[in-house]
Amino acid sequence: MKDLPGGVIESVGSTARNKTGGWRNFKPRVDFSKCVGCGVCEKFCPEGCIEIKEVEHLGKKCVIDYDYCKGCLICMEECPVKAITKEVEEK
Amino acid sequence: MSEKVIEGSRAIAEAVALCDVKVIAAYPITPQTHIVEALARMHANGEIDCEFVNTEAEFSSISLILGATAAGARSFTATSSQGLALMHEVLFAAAGLRIPLVMVVANRALSAPINIWNDHQDSVSQRDNGWIQIYCESVQEAVDSVIQAYKIAEECLLPTMVCIDGFYLTHVYEPVSIPSKEKVERFLPKFNPKYKLDPEKPLTFGALAFPKDYARIRKQLHEAALRSKEVVGRVNREFHSIFGRKYGNGMVETYGSGETAIIAAGSVCGTIKHFIEHENKKLSLVRIRLFRPFPRREIREALEDKESVIVIDRSVSLGNAGTLFTEVRDVLYEMDKRPKVTNFILGLGGVDVTRKTLRYVIEKHGKVSSGHVEIVEGD
Repeated sequence: MKDLPGGVIESVGSTARNKTGGWRNFKPRVDFSKCVGCGVCEKFCPEGCIEIKEVEHLGKKCVIDYDYCKGCLICMEECPVKAITKEVEEK
Repeated sequence: MSEKVIEGSRAIAEAVALCDVKVIAAYPITPQTHIVEALARMHANGEIDCEFVNTEAEFSSISLILGATAAGARSFTATSSQGLALMHEVLFAAAGLRIPLVMVVANRALSAPINIWNDHQDSVSQRDNGWIQIYCESVQEAVDSVIQAYKIAEECLLPTMVCIDGFYLTHVYEPVSIPSKEKVERFLPKFNPKYKLDPEKPLTFGALAFPKDYARIRKQLHEAALRSKEVVGRVNREFHSIFGRKYGNGMVETYGSGETAIIAAGSVCGTIKHFIEHENKKLSLVRIRLFRPFPRREIREALEDKESVIVIDRSVSLGNAGTLFTEVRDVLYEMDKRPKVTNFILGLGGVDVTRKTLRYVIEKHGKVSSGHVEIVEGD
């Protein structure tokens, strides 16, 4: 790749190729039977890797993109119905 | 082209207004205040068509014009002393991102103790961040250097600092020739950067670089800084062909032919020229106009036949010696016949450098051995 002045990159989205999920020590797990799809976790997630979306047969639920989730567990702290728990990441 | 007696700060503001600037962001600080005050007034009166942002601090001023320039808008800010120190972090980012900012630094001492008067500690302390630094001797040179700075910065993709002595140049009234708009337009092309922040054509600015990428990009930055010296020289010649004024070879300016050379930067050079002319023709002056990149070859050539060298600093690298001194002596090391070199640190915190001061320096230089470093507290 040719260098441009100042390290400018002519494409966008290079950050997406850096899968920061590998940094995770704790993995948040969503219990779909408890999740009410309120979206509090989506708003609080500092990485923007939670999306409230339609899960087959269950309605709108919290879906975490583990490629980018760093395991900060803010979602677990904020969840009003305690639907999110943590487990140690196995590597 | 009209010549008028005008305050330095006002003259600089008029020069900025001639450069088709689209964004100005500033926070007032003595002795820079009159520059941005004049620009704010011009903006309020509709004399310049730009955005004027009163920021809450200098960190925001420099960050704001960094973003504006990255988006393709020619910008301006000015500061002094603590304000420049507050910008420190962003100054490195601006050079690293190759954003061609132009900033006027009205040189003032740094705290503590608090002091509003002139020395060079503020800008000299920013020497390692990749900015081009030009030091001016007169108001006329300040005006011309601002116009040149946009051309230099935009050709080299390096931010450029025009350093002018606080009060001695910002608050002095001098006869100044303000260039005509038509000539400035002929000299300075429209700002149209190849790479800019544009939602229609997105690019990535400021991505993370892993060690090897970082080292390579920093090496490129260093090489660009070294190459920019040639651009400063060429822009000085081009400016001369249109406006009829030049400043030495753009990098250093020599005056007189005496065998003892005084090396200095900034407005103190006017006093030194006067001293040589009226008191001591055995001296000569090598004025450093370009401090970064450091014009090593030009300084060496200017000192080729000198018997001894006196370096006058307006700042101290605390715990070592005068900053300019250490760099000049580094250049002298490469010479076949190394002249005696001494260092006198004058005018800290606005102490006046008078003919009496210079008499003392010359006499002392004759008595001491090479390598002598002395801070002179005043007459």
